[in-house]
Amino acid sequence: MEYKDYYKVLGVARTANADEIKRTYRKLARRYHPDVSKEPQAEEKFKEVQEAYEVLRDPEKRAAYDQLGAQWKAGEQFRPPPDWGKGYEFSFGGGGEDAEGFSDFFANLFGARTPFGRTGGAPFRRRGGDRHARIEIDLEDSYHGAERTIRLQNPEVTADGHVALREKEVRVTIPAGVAEGQQIRLRGQGESAAANGAAGDLYLEIGIRPHPLFQLEGRDVVVTLPVAPWEAALGASVEAPTLGGPVEMKIPSGARSGQRLRLKGRGLPGQPPGDEFVVLKLVLPPGESPRARALYEQMQRDLAFDPRAELKRQPGYRGASDATRKET
Amino acid sequence: MCPQDKVEVELLDETACVSAGELCRLCSADFASLVEMVDWGLLEAEGKRPQEWRFSARALRRAQTALRLQADLGVNLAGAALIVELLDERGALARRLAQLEALLQE
Repeated sequence: MEYKDYYKVLGVARTANADEIKRTYRKLARRYHPDVSKEPQAEEKFKEVQEAYEVLRDPEKRAAYDQLGAQWKAGEQFRPPPDWGKGYEFSFGGGGEDAEGFSDFFANLFGARTPFGRTGGAPFRRRGGDRHARIEIDLEDSYHGAERTIRLQNPEVTADGHVALREKEVRVTIPAGVAEGQQIRLRGQGESAAANGAAGDLYLEIGIRPHPLFQLEGRDVVVTLPVAPWEAALGASVEAPTLGGPVEMKIPSGARSGQRLRLKGRGLPGQPPGDEFVVLKLVLPPGESPRARALYEQMQRDLAFDPRAELKRQPGYRGASDATRKET
Repeated sequence: MCPQDKVEVELLDETACVSAGELCRLCSADFASLVEMVDWGLLEAEGKRPQEWRFSARALRRAQTALRLQADLGVNLAGAALIVELLDERGALARRLAQLEALLQE
């Protein structure tokens, strides 16, 4: 296993006092808390910081850790000395209770949150703690449902009495219709319980990666559909993309750019399923060719159309003084 | 590494609904904390009396987040409730911003 330099993780000197360690921990915990932080790998950093603080805040654990000596470098291969822990009795309580996912290094030196790692005086817990993680999926996975393999680490006692983190893979079926921010619960995949209690659960929070065509609003999806001016003016039947494949939809006559049309039940599946909203975007045909120019010129001549008529009616159109004059 | 296990999965969407007792069990929280969370407006309960309370999956997520913030950062419940509120608001704004940016790129 690799040596962990807890002083380096917190960024404090080996001589730092308890107050300094607490202050630094609080600052880093706020910065990397996975519920709050936008930093990359915030969760890993938060766990590292928690693990370091778990050792350095406890005078007994800190003293034992300091006894290993300052000659070790972070990441260096490490085995605890044979007389490790002699004269100390580590008790797990307070922050340690909630410290999940600590490293092999920690588990070997101080025990883990397992029935085996606890020593006298540890509170008895009937049910194992829950674990939380985030998983990113594509929108298509949410629409069709998907299978994902998740790697979990569980502390276990080895034949020689040490605690090691054992990796296991679980296959998870992501149910169709899962929306951004929702959780799925995997019963019994959290931490093991003390004695014969049930294991905790694993909660996976779903994140959905941005999609090139569709945006999500809860279970509804939004897509921008380009339309020609005559399709909007006269009405038309056009093809629109949906998560289940393209469908024919009717554009009503007199449609406007930016108008939202609803395709009922074409969003993410569920009870009830979401809808798809098609936002119309008027696209003008290029006017470079002689034929196109002629048609544009004909429209200019024959249609009495002022696109800024509404704008001109607004107070303030002729400048700030105009609006003030009207008010007084 | 041991072979893959297939595990039971439960989707906690808006149709998922839990009682006060179940929510306490899921959050490893006591009933008094739950009442306090409702008092602070962190959780919205359906039903008049606590015995009739029903909570949505959203409430479960908010309660779990608040309890983690309390345990990890040492904030009190009022502070945790405020942070959860602001986090939800930040999430909604980030999603809206992403949508508008996508529209601008088109």
